[in-house]
Amino acid sequence: MTATTDVRGPSASSPLLLTKVSGGRAAKNVAATVLVTLAFLVALIPLLWILGVVVSRGAHLLAGADWWGLSQRGITTRRVGGGAYHAILGTLLQAAVTAVISVPIGILTAIYLVEYGRGRLARTVSFMVDILTGVPSIVAGLFIYAMWVTTFGLQRVGFAVCLALVLLMVPVIVRSTEEMLKLVPNELREASLALGVPKWKTVARIVLPTALAGIITGVMLGLARVMGETAPLLILGPYNSAISSNLFGGNMATLPTMINQNRNDLALEPAFDRVWSAALTLILIVLLLNVAARVTARFAKVS
Amino acid sequence: MSAVTGVRAPGAGGEPSSTTTAGTGRVGDRVFKGAAAGSGVIVIAMVTLLAVFLLSQALPSLLADKANFLTSREWNVDDTQNLRFGIAQLLYSTVAIAVMAMLLAVPFAVGVALFITQYAPRRLAGPAAYLIDLLAAVPSVIYGLWGLSVFAGKVGGIGTFLQNHLGFIPLLAKTDTGVAGSIFVAGIVVGIMILPIITAISRDVFAQTPDVHREAALALGATRWEMIRTTVLPYGRPGVISGSMLGLGRALGETIAITLIVSGLNTDSAFSLSLFNGGETFASKIANNSGEFSNPAKTGAFISAGLVLFVLTFAVNAIARAIINRRREFTE
Repeated sequence: MTATTDVRGPSASSPLLLTKVSGGRAAKNVAATVLVTLAFLVALIPLLWILGVVVSRGAHLLAGADWWGLSQRGITTRRVGGGAYHAILGTLLQAAVTAVISVPIGILTAIYLVEYGRGRLARTVSFMVDILTGVPSIVAGLFIYAMWVTTFGLQRVGFAVCLALVLLMVPVIVRSTEEMLKLVPNELREASLALGVPKWKTVARIVLPTALAGIITGVMLGLARVMGETAPLLILGPYNSAISSNLFGGNMATLPTMINQNRNDLALEPAFDRVWSAALTLILIVLLLNVAARVTARFAKVS
Repeated sequence: MSAVTGVRAPGAGGEPSSTTTAGTGRVGDRVFKGAAAGSGVIVIAMVTLLAVFLLSQALPSLLADKANFLTSREWNVDDTQNLRFGIAQLLYSTVAIAVMAMLLAVPFAVGVALFITQYAPRRLAGPAAYLIDLLAAVPSVIYGLWGLSVFAGKVGGIGTFLQNHLGFIPLLAKTDTGVAGSIFVAGIVVGIMILPIITAISRDVFAQTPDVHREAALALGATRWEMIRTTVLPYGRPGVISGSMLGLGRALGETIAITLIVSGLNTDSAFSLSLFNGGETFASKIANNSGEFSNPAKTGAFISAGLVLFVLTFAVNAIARAIINRRREFTE
């Protein structure tokens, strides 16, 4: 009976079945198929709707060179003009600094958990990573505010935002790297160790390169996640309409705060255009990272 | 692609058995192991510091609070000599939005996960899963913007209809807030936001259903739906529950989308169970006032709210992990 090997189920009309499936059961089966397919199609509606709205409302500003080269300095919500260079710069800078801090911590923690970790410390680290995964972004921002501003008496600057984002990015990197390291076959480690290669060299030269594509994918997805974060920016990174690349002094614009800044003036056309164009720019950056991550994953030696 | 949602499916990948102790005497080994363990300690330090800083700065304000922190709906923190704040209203709005989001998202997520793992042709399953993962990639500020200026207008009619015809139910009672700025709209938008997380986890556990279970059901003459009901769903139930809890945790902490959509309440407005009421959540309360953390006593009040949110999400996530881990013990 071929139906037994086809795990996707026999069709009601299969000639090999001894008796026909009774009407009620067949009807339930069809109803389930329809409902499940509908659930999937309905779930796609918001995605297409959001992308459609953002592209149709935001595309025309992105076509001009001004958008990519100018800031909003001295431009009010009632005036047309200016660009998003300041916000794009801020978003990319903060994401880069966040990655520079998070990637080594995240990857080394994953190496510890997979290659070395045993006993109470490893269990505690794993538990803490779980907690960090669940920390709401606003709480991460609040914590850095309590430390950076209230306790140390420092100003709200770009670097403080980065610290809050590190809290959100580290667990993503740890978990994805961990998964990838676990996929590396043990035979590779054993072969290397049997040849007398020190353990650290085995990890650095054999295990990490094997898992590299997967690790990079995880880092990119982590980056995409922190770039879209807004909550910590509200607490720690006030908007600035001028260009600033100083992470340690003054306010710094980002795309999410640029959207938030103009949200109360959506009735005014220049502000409306700006908000949706900033939204489109942000989505483009995040989607680009996602696609890049997916392409990188294709090069994975293990999967 | 569970990395998209930052959560892990149960039973994904086994532990490599080679935690050997080879070569621990070499300098390189000691340095490398030290760096790895050091990073682990940094992670522990992050969480510890987070708890310590939040607690230490919330406590003075909590002690100075003249109102009952747990049961009061007041939020007057401008007069530092007479702090009066409580979380009752924040807690209700937060839980109402999160629960509504979860109730909406779970059935859809289970349906989508079943579609991807059991119904879709194998060649389409990958792209279909990727499309749903893209929902998780859209930044929450854009969900908020869309909810505020596009979606709220479309569901306004449904909201008004429910209020007019089912308004006798306390949850759907008429309020002074417009439907557009209500918990109702925010609940739907947040539901869309957590759909990919719940789908990702459900998908992974459904895909792990042993083929022998499914083939056995089919061999007994079950239709595809009967096979799913008797093998896939029971096998995946703990995964769906833990995925839903993780989604709930995400919904509780969602900030900017809710901040943009839900309108605040007047300080003297009466308490209402209605989903058509406005009302700030823990996260949106903090976000809305983030520009006004002028003195430690006032900031402490908001940090207290943040602390409650932290504890709440921690509890929900812990339950989710406990369910995942218990299942892992079962299957191994």
